[in-house]
Amino acid sequence: MATGTFAESGADLELVGIHKRFPGFTAIEELNLIVPAGSFFALLGPSGCGKTTTLRLVAGLEAPTAGRILLGGKDVTNQKSFQRPVNTVFQSYALFPHMTVLENVAFGLRRRKMADPVEKAHEVLRLVELDHLASRRPQQLSGGQQQRVALARAIVNRPALLLLDEPLGALDLKLRRQMQLELKTIQEDVGLTFLHVTHDQEEAMTMADTIAVMNKGRIEQMGAPQELYELPRTSFVANFLGQSNLFTGPVVGTTSAGISVDVAGQKITVPVDRAHRTTGDITIGVRPEKLTLHRSKPSHDPRANVMGPGRVIDVSFSGVSTQYLVEVPGVGKLIVFAQNMTFGSEIREGDEVWLSWAIDHGFGLEDDPANAPRFSPDLDTRTIAAQHLLEEA
Amino acid sequence: MALAALSTSTAQAPADTSRKSSPVALFLLLPGILYLVLFFLTPLVSLLLTSFKAPTEFGDFGQFSYAFRWENYADVIATYWPHIIRSFGYALAATFFALIISYPLAYFIGVKARRWPLLQSLALVMVIAPFFISFLLRTLAWKQIFSDESFLVTSLKAMSLLAPDAHVTGTAFSVIFGLTYNFIPFMTLPLYTTLERLDVRYLEAGSDLYASPFHVFRKVTIPLSMPGIVAGTLLTFIPAAGDYINASREFLGGTGTQMIGNVIEANFLVLQNFPAGAALSIILMSVILVFVSIYVKKSGTEELL
Repeated sequence: MATGTFAESGADLELVGIHKRFPGFTAIEELNLIVPAGSFFALLGPSGCGKTTTLRLVAGLEAPTAGRILLGGKDVTNQKSFQRPVNTVFQSYALFPHMTVLENVAFGLRRRKMADPVEKAHEVLRLVELDHLASRRPQQLSGGQQQRVALARAIVNRPALLLLDEPLGALDLKLRRQMQLELKTIQEDVGLTFLHVTHDQEEAMTMADTIAVMNKGRIEQMGAPQELYELPRTSFVANFLGQSNLFTGPVVGTTSAGISVDVAGQKITVPVDRAHRTTGDITIGVRPEKLTLHRSKPSHDPRANVMGPGRVIDVSFSGVSTQYLVEVPGVGKLIVFAQNMTFGSEIREGDEVWLSWAIDHGFGLEDDPANAPRFSPDLDTRTIAAQHLLEEA
Repeated sequence: MALAALSTSTAQAPADTSRKSSPVALFLLLPGILYLVLFFLTPLVSLLLTSFKAPTEFGDFGQFSYAFRWENYADVIATYWPHIIRSFGYALAATFFALIISYPLAYFIGVKARRWPLLQSLALVMVIAPFFISFLLRTLAWKQIFSDESFLVTSLKAMSLLAPDAHVTGTAFSVIFGLTYNFIPFMTLPLYTTLERLDVRYLEAGSDLYASPFHVFRKVTIPLSMPGIVAGTLLTFIPAAGDYINASREFLGGTGTQMIGNVIEANFLVLQNFPAGAALSIILMSVILVFVSIYVKKSGTEELL
């Protein structure tokens, strides 16, 4: 640990073969991860996927069962948390209730014997626009203000790596948006490495340069937000990061441009370079906003897939877009997002429709279709609700 | 304020709602007020009046009449000042040792044993268990253990760890030991109740902010458990200062270890000098009140209470 000096810049974080077992369950299994210096990295996953445990391992609050943690090329696996040049913004903020806001922020500086801790604390409080509340106690502040104090308390130390444990979870939507932008700005200004743990896919996509989607203690897929969204590799990623319409069927033909899959008698094509499997039964998908609804069967277009006819079973209007649920016999329920380009909804419940989408927009998953859960909107909302309940408890 | 310090609750009372006064609230308070007037205020006034009484002229031994003989106070201070100083010295020492012993114990039960609720309750029962045996019996048992012919003392003498003519009972050590021993549960329980609610996430945050375990303890754990420390030390110090069992000659004390409680007892029951006993009681009470007020103010726990 550098005593008396700040980290010059962010540091690479490298996790090598990390395993973490608790009595009775395995939280993390064979985790390998590299977070490049200066990046904003998000670990995204549902509750209990091991992302918070990963964060605690990096912070030094838990010890891995096996594996190594490297920070800036230096092995810190056996260092205690107070020896690591890492700071955390805790989900609960964990602001010391017996200290003023200023003393909270100056705490780390004083422990590292930095010069002018009070002046530096005021400076960072000005950055988060809370300097006028410096002499208050944390419990006298609102949730959003406490969150900013927690952030100030961590970044004032200029850690090589800043860990964020769902710090925006307790904020309301508007404040959360505002804080997301502020966090991103601060990260770019100070050039630190941020490791952000969240279950909010929108938050991860807006803020992070790189997202790693975690499920059951393993990383399912890692990449830039857009890459992950447009080309998910597994059905878990396809459904956790936004929504997807997934179909399963045998490959019936392969050309240089695409592979054709027979989905309940309808031929659907995906580009070869966007499919992870090319033989046997495969699962393919398309994002709901890529679909177009037609009142009559569209004319044949070699660059588009057509599915139908189906029946609209639900229409829900949400301002900028309308969500349609279309039942296609033999295929299942498909979800369609349509921009509201005209007033009102032209297609009503019970209408017969056809769906089409550009072949280039489809993707093929790596999963074995036997294990791939078919997309079901009802189940999904219920899981999401259950997840929220779990988090509140 | 001193009484407020005895409550270990860290929860802030909802100030706005409790300030409302209504006839119903007054009515509900009536039994409590009556009780206090009858059993606290009346004896207190009576004690104060007794402390100024003068011996009845041509009266019998132990007969006194109402007067304003303030010299009673000067007399008892002149006669008993060593006992007064000794009382507070012993009580302070006993409070200190009880805190040193109880804090790790309470920390273990309240924080470390959280993962094993069974162990936690078992340990708590063990802290409280001695209460099931009379306080007098337990103190007498220690007298046996410390007596000159006991196994402990003869062994210590045989190993030359104790001079051949030394005694353990009747010394300051045995009295402070007895006080510490008897008041440990009163120290441990309030400490336990605050430490049990100690949020370990604050400790993790401290560690995350470069504080070594020692610094986390000093800067986070101690301040956050201050309500328990204040409550525990008051619950130990106040009764220990007035205790007369441990220091009495029948138990662990001797002639040189008499505390203010022993003198009050002697004045009331043996010498029948009621004004002197009453004056000593008032002095004891006032000194404790001053001590406690300064302590609570200095420890800055008002807002945590």
